[in-house]
Amino acid sequence: MLSRVQVPAKAQRGEIVQIRIAIQHPMETGYRPDHFGRRIPKNVINTLTCRYNGVEVFRAEMGSGIAANPLLQFPVRVQDSGEFVFEWRDDSGERGETRAAIIASAD
Amino acid sequence: MQADDFANPGMLWVARGEKLWSAPAGRSGQSCASCHQSAPTSMKGIAVRYPRIDAAGSKVVNLEGRINRCRSERQQADPLRYESEELLALTAYVAHQSRGQPLQPAANEEQAALQRGHEIFHRRQGQMNLACTHCHVQNAGRRLLADTISEGHGNAYPVYRLEWQAVGSLQRRLRACYFGVRAEQPAFGADELLDLELYLARRGAGLKVETPGVRR
Repeated sequence: MLSRVQVPAKAQRGEIVQIRIAIQHPMETGYRPDHFGRRIPKNVINTLTCRYNGVEVFRAEMGSGIAANPLLQFPVRVQDSGEFVFEWRDDSGERGETRAAIIASAD
Repeated sequence: MQADDFANPGMLWVARGEKLWSAPAGRSGQSCASCHQSAPTSMKGIAVRYPRIDAAGSKVVNLEGRINRCRSERQQADPLRYESEELLALTAYVAHQSRGQPLQPAANEEQAALQRGHEIFHRRQGQMNLACTHCHVQNAGRRLLADTISEGHGNAYPVYRLEWQAVGSLQRRLRACYFGVRAEQPAFGADELLDLELYLARRGAGLKVETPGVRR
């Protein structure tokens, strides 16, 4: 799954930064019929987690109410240099993963 | 939403186009980048001149058509289906390189095609018996139910349309208007739509390319 992540390359230790992730996904609600009147099965990204140096800092559980190609944003207090690891999965069982590095400076 | 490159969902398609740009395709094993190298330099200002008349001087070619022609003639690959994710992504990526530059249809465009496009724009059609001009010129800016009627410019295409929840081409949008006035929709890539695209580009000359735009 295609995704874009926005993490500042550098930040001061203790600073609060905004992390953003956008994922290309149809987020099929399960309520729409196809051209033959059959219900299109629900397929949304149901879980997304973000770990920062192994510690989970953000988790989202999404349902039918989220539009296609979701954009998520959350604040994180920068402690150490390291890596953000995003993992998500949808109802069809497909998984996605992406990473972004950040460098924490002392002052 | 459109001004913020990260919040703009159309940029996901641009990102996919960037990947496809350097992915080899077809029997030649060549990618777009094999000939055109870096798109930000080689494709800058290309989209502002499309659609245009091809070198043979007979047919109108839009950006999608030009990409497919490159695929079949140079890469020896099957042309991409109209409205396929790959073609939309590549078109959005190429057009994105011209963002901020004004539309400049080439001056030597065949007058006949332009004239045909002009006629289609002003021709009443469908059960509603409306021409493009009746909404998009005479009533532009007024309301059709809850929606503000646009001036009908194509400078932001391919756009991310909220109604579609996806990126779509100008031809998809034109076909939606044909449906709206209850006229028979031409097929994707039909001469009629190409003539109309050419006319719209001429009509919008000077407007800046916004690809990928975000529209309701």
